[in-house]
Amino acid sequence: MPRSSQLLLSLALKRAARAVSGSRGSSAYVYEFCAASKKVRPCGTGWTREFSSLQQVPAKKLEKVLVANRGEIAVRVMRTAKKLGMKSVAVYSEADANSVHVRFADEAVFVGPAPSVKSYLNVDAILSAIRATNADCVHPGYGFLSENASFVERLEALGVTFVGPTASAIAAMGDKIESKRLAKEAGVNTIPGCQDVITDEEHAAKIAKDVGFPVMLKASAGGGGKGMRIAWNEAETKEAFRLCHAEALSSFADGRIFIERYIEHPRHIEIQVIGDAHGNVIYMPERECSIQRRNQKVIEEAPSVFLDKETRRAMGEQAVALAKAVQYQSSGDETFMLHNHGDDQMTGRRLSLSRLLITDLHLQRKIGWLTIWVFFAGTVEFLVDKFRRFYFLEMNTRLQVEHPVTECITGLDIVELMMKVARGEKLEITQERAAEIHGWAMEARVYAEDPCRNFLPMSGRLRQYSEPVARSSQETVRVDSGVEEGSEISIYYDPMISKVATWGPQRSSALNSLESALDRYIIRGPVHNIPFLRSIIADTDFAKGDISTKFIQDHYPGGWKPPALTSQQQEDLLALMALLYVSQKPPQLTKVGVARGSSWLTDLVISVGSVDHMVSVTSRPGEDPQELLLEVDVNNKTKDVIKQSIKPWAMDAIVDGKLLNCQLLKRLPRGFKILYQGSELEVLVQTPLQASLSKYMKPPVEEDFSKVLRAPMTGSLISVAVTAGQEVQPGDELAILEAMKMRNVLRADHSGKVKVVVAEEGTTLPADEVILEFE
Amino acid sequence: MKGWQISGLARRALCRRHSLQSQQPLGLNAAADKLCIGRSNSSSAAEGIGLLEKDTLPQLREERLETARREALMGGGEARLEKQHSMGKLTSRERLAVLLDEGSFLEAGTFVQHRCNDFGMEKKRIYGDGVVTGSGTINGRQVFVFSQDFTVFGGSLSETHAQKICKILDKAIEVGAPVIGLNDSGGARIQEGVLSLAGYADVFQRNVLASGVVPQISVIMGPCAGGAVYSPALTDFVFMVKGSSNMFVTGPDVVKQVTQEEVTQEELGGPKVHTRKSGVAHGAFDNELDALARIRELVDYLPLSNREHSPRRPTNDSPDRHSASLDHLIPADSNTPYDVLEVLEKIVDGMEIFEIMPDYARNIIVGFARMDGETVGLVANQPLVNAGCLDIDASVKAARFVRFCDCFNIPLVTFVDVPGFLPGVSQEHGGIIRHGAKLLYAYAEATVPKVTVITRKAYGGAYDVMSSKHLRGDCNLAWPSAEIAVMGAKGAAEILYRGKNNIDQAIKEYEEKFNNPYVAASLGYIDDIIRPQDTRARICAELKVLRGKVQENPKKKHSNCPL
Repeated sequence: MPRSSQLLLSLALKRAARAVSGSRGSSAYVYEFCAASKKVRPCGTGWTREFSSLQQVPAKKLEKVLVANRGEIAVRVMRTAKKLGMKSVAVYSEADANSVHVRFADEAVFVGPAPSVKSYLNVDAILSAIRATNADCVHPGYGFLSENASFVERLEALGVTFVGPTASAIAAMGDKIESKRLAKEAGVNTIPGCQDVITDEEHAAKIAKDVGFPVMLKASAGGGGKGMRIAWNEAETKEAFRLCHAEALSSFADGRIFIERYIEHPRHIEIQVIGDAHGNVIYMPERECSIQRRNQKVIEEAPSVFLDKETRRAMGEQAVALAKAVQYQSSGDETFMLHNHGDDQMTGRRLSLSRLLITDLHLQRKIGWLTIWVFFAGTVEFLVDKFRRFYFLEMNTRLQVEHPVTECITGLDIVELMMKVARGEKLEITQERAAEIHGWAMEARVYAEDPCRNFLPMSGRLRQYSEPVARSSQETVRVDSGVEEGSEISIYYDPMISKVATWGPQRSSALNSLESALDRYIIRGPVHNIPFLRSIIADTDFAKGDISTKFIQDHYPGGWKPPALTSQQQEDLLALMALLYVSQKPPQLTKVGVARGSSWLTDLVISVGSVDHMVSVTSRPGEDPQELLLEVDVNNKTKDVIKQSIKPWAMDAIVDGKLLNCQLLKRLPRGFKILYQGSELEVLVQTPLQASLSKYMKPPVEEDFSKVLRAPMTGSLISVAVTAGQEVQPGDELAILEAMKMRNVLRADHSGKVKVVVAEEGTTLPADEVILEFE
Repeated sequence: MKGWQISGLARRALCRRHSLQSQQPLGLNAAADKLCIGRSNSSSAAEGIGLLEKDTLPQLREERLETARREALMGGGEARLEKQHSMGKLTSRERLAVLLDEGSFLEAGTFVQHRCNDFGMEKKRIYGDGVVTGSGTINGRQVFVFSQDFTVFGGSLSETHAQKICKILDKAIEVGAPVIGLNDSGGARIQEGVLSLAGYADVFQRNVLASGVVPQISVIMGPCAGGAVYSPALTDFVFMVKGSSNMFVTGPDVVKQVTQEEVTQEELGGPKVHTRKSGVAHGAFDNELDALARIRELVDYLPLSNREHSPRRPTNDSPDRHSASLDHLIPADSNTPYDVLEVLEKIVDGMEIFEIMPDYARNIIVGFARMDGETVGLVANQPLVNAGCLDIDASVKAARFVRFCDCFNIPLVTFVDVPGFLPGVSQEHGGIIRHGAKLLYAYAEATVPKVTVITRKAYGGAYDVMSSKHLRGDCNLAWPSAEIAVMGAKGAAEILYRGKNNIDQAIKEYEEKFNNPYVAASLGYIDDIIRPQDTRARICAELKVLRGKVQENPKKKHSNCPL
């Protein structure tokens, strides 16, 4: 038996022993089991087990799934449930009564007030929803209760299948240190390092040499970048130790330092695995999620440009090994439970038989554990260095947000697989099939947040909302969302609006589709991050696949700012704006320009970012009078422009054979506010006369804003949302005043700093009474 | 193809001439050239001829005309024109050139001069006498215009200056075309004394005669003080330009003398005051070019006169477009506000609304929009502001707008979500009875097609006022969320069951009975209850039905609206 398997075995024994002595009597389980003999042998890098005289519990039927989640993932899970002929049950909070996931479900149960602690995290309410609807399984989605071991235990007690791992598997992987140890034991690469406390410079240098340069020295008590240093050679290590040690002592009064390999510009690449209750675990092709902002994934793709076949396989196999180790380890706890209620006190309660039950009572009595496989879908996350060395980061035992990219390139429905293994079915697909890569997929997470204001979460009603669809049959655009026009992005939950995934035969085509999809995605109401997403994917480094987890901090060091247009983008934009202008103000009608038979020509001055461009527009007679064909002279180049469609919120046109799109945010007296390829711009479109006179116009007068917020009418002050010293931006909520039985939200109409809040919450204010003062 | 290329070159030459990148600003002479409209020859051509054949009579005549016109175009002279520019203002002629379709301006009264011989005025005569008047087109439609010239005697109003304006107003009434006045005047021509005051009165008289016959629009683009304010005040719409315009009857100096109040011109009568507080102005724009561009848009919504209908503007926005999101707009809690502007945007053509008085009495929204290509006047309670209640300002704002629409055959589309009239001592003492009556009066008097949609609350007297069936509403619709009652359920139950214990039960009863549109619908006060998403389609269809509506009020000299 290799070392790792011995370790595992002993680990399981230890856990079992601990469990027996512990006080986990709350779990009540009665297992159905049948005899089986068990042998353990290592095979390859992973583990497989062979069973003799194996009898299986027949696969059970799951007919109704309660989705303990909200938003896009709830809708996503229900969609598959529908496909599988299952009924679905939604749970919802007060804030979500009208939301898409509620209407999408066959049944919906109210679980509590808006804050998630009282609703989506309210285990009691969700359990009673399960009882009320007779749901026989629960899918947790991600977040909320998806990795909550005690919730799973209570479901088990109720005999309801949890579409996910066992409580113990969740617990094991939820603990960072334990998961790392388990990974190491399972033969998974972990970041080389030494957790021992370093005594002196020489010791540091020696360890650094063992670990391999570059190394990172970290203060044990450190955090926030303090007491952290990178060293590239021995001399630097010694110096770094000195500095780190001193810094750690002075900052944390704790001079302990440890060393681990520093991974320069790592990539974040993860492997999706899924295991059934029969001991089969397969891996799927990798997802690269290197584009992250503060450890939040922003753009994901599958596969990764960086991996070769060997690395891919090695990562896959290690992921499977770890998954099996987790399964194995989980069984340790299950064993105890079986063992523990040998007496009949728990009779009458049944564990949901999603767990496969194979036991050998003799063996159990002898060594205290037996084998129970668990099924689950999980993701093993790795950091990959520039030499394609990969290191275990963590394992998630749930459905990941970014699962659609894997689905796009494998053609598999991961939720469907989860449901099937939950039913106790065997995985039908082979490892070869699961690892096949078809084309390329990209995904961007669209958030209600303001990239210009340090990604401040935004909320509010989606006044206008329309998701992009594929432009042609060659394209695949998938938008996973749980909102529609009129939905509210609530302050109570994650402000994600949707995930936009695209597929193409190559990376470039998928990327192209993603660009176009984001450009055509109409979101009005809360500020969103599409300009940010769009600027990342338009980056040449991104297009080359030259990315790492440091991409965003490297490319936008001082925070993200809207990028400037390229000259090509600018010329195309001028052509689009000329078309927009003449479509709204036909020169024939306004007598701007010169009529020439059935066509006309006109000159315009289009200003983008306060730079003026002379543009000459000539109409070309088209066959269809509805058609608008223009020749637009921009910078001595003639562009052919053909109108496709112009709507109040967006326009499409073909410019020199290219289909271009531009969103119209607002009409200005002399131009348009637009969103064009991720750039929000104010464009002036003027006649030469207007343009020649515009130099005399003075910039808009700064409004003399009042320094106080007054009650607009008599009413009672329900709440004040700001405190003294707080900075506010236009549109931020300041206070709520209830008057005429209506709650009026008073918002800041300019930016400023709150000096003092004068009025007290709950008091009744006469009209014009000061509520707060600004500095 | 060759022709295209040549014209392309010509165009580029034109572009170069107007080039903004060129360091040399467009010379005023060049500007005058550009703005000289209706002139046949250029001066250089005339000089060329002069070399060959001198002193012929036609030549002399032409030269004289040329000189006079050039002089007229230069207004108060180059220095003053420059000064105007340096203040962020355009010259009177530049304003007209931007306002009107290119080349459409026909001037009248170019060579008018004043007749004053006092205070040295006999030595100072300038063509045009401080106002440029005439006609032109906006999007091809006839309008009359006058544009005061601050560079000529400070744009002050003399007898002849007033006569020029009167002539335009008279013509406009006869022809049936809107009048747009661009005001930039220091006030009365003091040298002329009572002649100037008479001039004002003559203009006022014409403003009043034109009122309700042709739309009148005033744009204040500079000072407008004293008697001068009353001509704009008599017109249908007054707009201002931020940073350069103000309006007051007595200026800060007099105010200080009389009341010891220290106040700046801006604080006393700037655009902020008049668009938010006094309600004198119907809107303010960032600069003159924006103002003129927006006036062009406004004119496009309006009929030329009360004899005509608004122009149809074909739209590719289908009248049958449904907005499913409106079905979820009304919050579950009836005390939570929503933005009625979103409803309006979703039901009109192309989401476009020209709001009138957007910053004044924001608890009611009024404005123009098109539905199925035809102009409508929108009136909507705004629950976001003061619960959408009717107060003095809101009543007056909406009443004037309703009356304008009625004058000019513009159908009214009203959205109702009103909890009632605003209670309070200041409202009662301020005369909410009298002012609220104005809106009631305006709706009751109006004979244009009236379509009403009750989205939520229609409580008490405010229900009656807001274009109800009882005030000859043609089509009164309700959303399923409508609550038509004398008052809210709680208040009603507390009165009906005063001193009794089962108030909660009573509230519930009252809610069941009245917190819905069915009682009103059963009485025929509501013609139909519609899904919110069908609102646009239904209103468009109803307006089509009502297009031929003829309704007459009893014959009278004129009505007597409670002013």
